[in-house]
Order: sequence, then C-alpha cells, then structure tokens
Amino acid sequence: MSVSARPLVAAPEDEADPASLKVVPSRHPWRWVGVAVVLVLLAQFIHGLVTNTGWDWPTFRQYFTADSILRAVGVTIELTVYGTVLGFALGVVIALMRLSKSPFLQVVSWTYIWAFRSIPLIVQLLFWFNIAYLYQRFDFGIPFGPSFVSFDTKDLIGPMSAAVLGLALHQAAYAAEIVRSGIIAVDHGQLEAAAALGIPRLRQFRRIVLPQAMRSILPNAANEVISLFKGTSVVSVMAIGELFYQVQVVYGRNARVVALLMVATVWYIAMTTLLSVVQYYVERHYAKGALRNLPPTPLQRVRAQYAALRARAGATG
Amino acid sequence: MSRPMVDLRGIHKSFGTLEVLKGVTLEVEQGQVVVVLGPSGSGKSTLLRTINHLEKVDRGYVSIDGDLLGYRRVGDKLHELKEREILKQRTHIGFVFQNFNLFPHLTVLENVAEAPLSAQRKQKKEVHQEAVRLLARVGLSDKENAYPRQLSGGQQQRVAIARALALSPKLLLFDEPTSALDPELVGEVLDVIKDLASTGTTMIVVTHEIGFAREVADRVVFMDDGVIVEQGSPTTVLDHPQHPRTRAFLSKVL
Repeated sequence: MSVSARPLVAAPEDEADPASLKVVPSRHPWRWVGVAVVLVLLAQFIHGLVTNTGWDWPTFRQYFTADSILRAVGVTIELTVYGTVLGFALGVVIALMRLSKSPFLQVVSWTYIWAFRSIPLIVQLLFWFNIAYLYQRFDFGIPFGPSFVSFDTKDLIGPMSAAVLGLALHQAAYAAEIVRSGIIAVDHGQLEAAAALGIPRLRQFRRIVLPQAMRSILPNAANEVISLFKGTSVVSVMAIGELFYQVQVVYGRNARVVALLMVATVWYIAMTTLLSVVQYYVERHYAKGALRNLPPTPLQRVRAQYAALRARAGATG
Repeated sequence: MSRPMVDLRGIHKSFGTLEVLKGVTLEVEQGQVVVVLGPSGSGKSTLLRTINHLEKVDRGYVSIDGDLLGYRRVGDKLHELKEREILKQRTHIGFVFQNFNLFPHLTVLENVAEAPLSAQRKQKKEVHQEAVRLLARVGLSDKENAYPRQLSGGQQQRVAIARALALSPKLLLFDEPTSALDPELVGEVLDVIKDLASTGTTMIVVTHEIGFAREVADRVVFMDDGVIVEQGSPTTVLDHPQHPRTRAFLSKVL
C-alpha cells in the first residue's frame, strides 16, 4: 500500500487567508455528563447536611465557640507549636550528626531515628506519663558523682510536659530524616563552589545549603506539622484538655456525639487550612531563583481575572 | 627570577586503587598564563583541584607565594591545617568550574558579593559597588538583579568569573570553563579570560580550546596518564611536539 500525500481535510477552496477563518472548538459531551453526575451527588450531600437533623447544627453552634472548646483549641495549638519547634530543633541536630564525619555520631543518630520511629507514639506517650515509676528523682550534678540539685520526677514532668516531651522526641526522628533528605538533595557543586570561595562553614550552611534544601524540606515538613497537629489528639489518653479530649468530655455529658465531633472536625479543618496557606507562601519565598518566573498567587490570579472582566464589561457597555 | 608563585612538587593522588596523579611537578611564575591540555582522564582537572585543596594530595606539596597549602610545616613534620584556615587560604585563589556552580537562589549581584561579604567583613555598600564594577567588566551590567537560571550558559560562566574575581585573588584557576557551553557561546567567555590574561593575572587554565591556548598561553603543558608529558611555549608544544603521545592527541583535536 502506498501512502498518498493527500491531506485528510480538504483545504478551503477560496483564497481566503486561513488565519482569518473562525476556529470551532471540539465538543466534549461526556465531560458534561461527568460534571452533571458529580453535581447531583454534591447536591444530595449538601441537602443531607442541611436537612438531616442528626447533624444537630444548633448544638454545633452552641459549642463551636464555647469557652471550654476555645481553651482546648489553645492547648492543641500549644502542643503543636512546642512539638514542632522542639522536634525540628532536635531534628536538625540529629540530621547534622548523621551527616557528620564521626562514625560514632552517625551511629548514635541512626539509632535514635531507628528507636523513635519504631515505637508507636501512643506507647511512648504513656511511657513518659509513667516515667516516675522508673525514675523517682532527677539529680543534676557531676555524672556518676555528687548531685547539686534534685527534683521529684512528678514535679518536674507533669502530664503536659510528658506530652510535649513525647511529641517532640517522636517528631525529631521524622524531622531529622526530612532535614537530611533536603540537605543531601543540594547539588554537591554548590558546596564545592562555596568552599572554593572560602566561605566559612557555618555561613555555607546557613546561606548556601539551607535555603536550597528548604525547597524539598518544606512540603514534607508541612506534612509533618499538619499530622502532628492532628496527632495531638492522641494525648487525650493522658487526660490533657486538648480539643479532642474536651469534645469527648462534653459529649460524655450531653450525648450529642455527632455535633461535637463536628465541632472538633471543623476546628481541625480550619487550622489545617491556615497551615496550608502559610505553607504555600513560605514555599513561594524559597522558590526564588529555582523557577525562571514565579507563577502568580491565587490572589493575583483572581485580581487579574477581575480586571479582565471589568475591561470586557467596559468594552461592551 | 625569584621563587615561582605556584610551586607544585611531586603531586600524587589516588582515588581508591586508581592513581590519577603520578608525581606532577609544575612551577608558574607571577603573571604567567599556563594552559593545561590533555585527553580526558589524564588528571588535569584533578591537578587543578589540588591547587586550591579541593582535593587533598597523597604525596607532594602545593605552595602559593611560599605558603604551603593545607599544611603548616613544623620542623620535619607537616601539620594539617584546620578547615577555617584552609578556607582562608582559598580566598587568595579564584576557581571557575566547568558547570559554573552559581548559587541559584541568589541574584547575580548577590552571587558576586557573597564571598567578599563573608570573608572580608567589608561594608555592604562598598562590596556591592565593587561587584557592580566586576559585572561591568564581564559585560553584564544589566543583569545584576537576574537569577542565574534566567541567564544563558555563557552569561552564567561570566558571572562565575566575576564571582571568582571578587576576592582579588593572586591566582585564577579555570577548570574547562567552556566545556558545558553551546559552541556559539564559547567565544564570549574566552574573550573575558583573554582580557584578564592581558592585565597580567596569573592563571592556570584547563581546556580543550587549542586556538585559545595558542593565542593566550605563555606556556602549554600537556598531560597524559597522570604525568606531564611535555611543556613549553605554545609554538613548541602545539606545532613541534616532541612526544608521540602529544602528537597523537593533537592530531585528534586539530
């Protein structure tokens, strides 16, 4: 069979410039069917939210901004902030130990990560909560020698400190791996260039390596912060008044389980949304130079569309 | 002539079981331009990297202006210097990489100003003025606020040269500065290097550009298999090579 050079579509007979012809976009009927199906399902869901009395929206409204719930949200945020800050601070140290040239420090770092990734968070939290059974007193002084100050463990580590300790130590193991992955992802040539320019070691890390490592650290770190934020609900086993514990206390009293679970859910969603927005802008900050041109932010996009709309309205009106 | 500015003595370097440098001795006088040629794998890039201690030598020594690089001599012992001291020694030596290695998250101006700001503790304004002057010298006055990825390869390498000049080094090292460039961009980078050569900067250039060697070099060094096979003026080495290996290499690249 021979292949003919005959075009599939006949060219227009007349001599009109093809650039002036009208383009008719191709139609996609099945896409519209898909949209219709999803719209129906969405409508059913929203209708259910509004009409099903089981959701119990009046109770939701009553408790959503109740003092006890707001205090509990505060405790949840507090636990997240402490867990993140302490966890990542320790994580950076552990990552640097793992990347150091000392085999001893490498092994210690590896073992830490191995241990704290192996123990479920809830088990670890209960260990810290019951630390007083293991060590009744904490002595600060010369190792193996006399002690200068001594504390009762129960005074030193209350439930809140035990929770922060557990969350931070757990978080540090994951943070260490995230930070290490970011650092080793930076091109080796960058370090060579910095070394060749005689830039001091600390400045090499702070000014050259870290800003580039942040590009790959940030999405993972944001994941960790968000999962820690929700993971704080685990400390409800230690009877700390964070959001999930407080909600349980309330529905234990009034039996409005669904409405109060929704109170917790909406708070978790709201805070996670806030974190996601922060993540977007922090990532954008560190994308400088990595992309030839930064894409516009959603806000800039909306503004541009609004301006275009107004321009069109002005042209027709 | 007094002692040479760059003095390499009996440099040996192995990577694992592979001996890359097998006893290289090279002297470079102040203001000289030395071009190092040789087939790939001959050890020329490694030699260049030992000069600013990016590679530690196994045997032999490097001295610049009488200062041992990476070591301090006490009696008949060599004490390894601390990293901080080695970094300080490197500020006297500019290095230009094959792959530019510009800092992608810093603007062109920040790239050039980074080393002087960190090493010399000068005023920011003063450093920036100097950086602007250096960028003008490599023909990139209008690119100060661009990021490296927004530039062509030739422009990036010219920024890298300006960055290497920012510490006013005694010695400039170029490691195949045009090998990563498109053919039409090679000329603009070589022009900048030629300009530097004409102002009496001491430099050692590893390259495959024979024409450049002929035009600019005071001395051409031919390396093969970890040793210097022959060296001399460009006309001697390039037009009347004595060694069969030099002849074989030149017949392939010319």
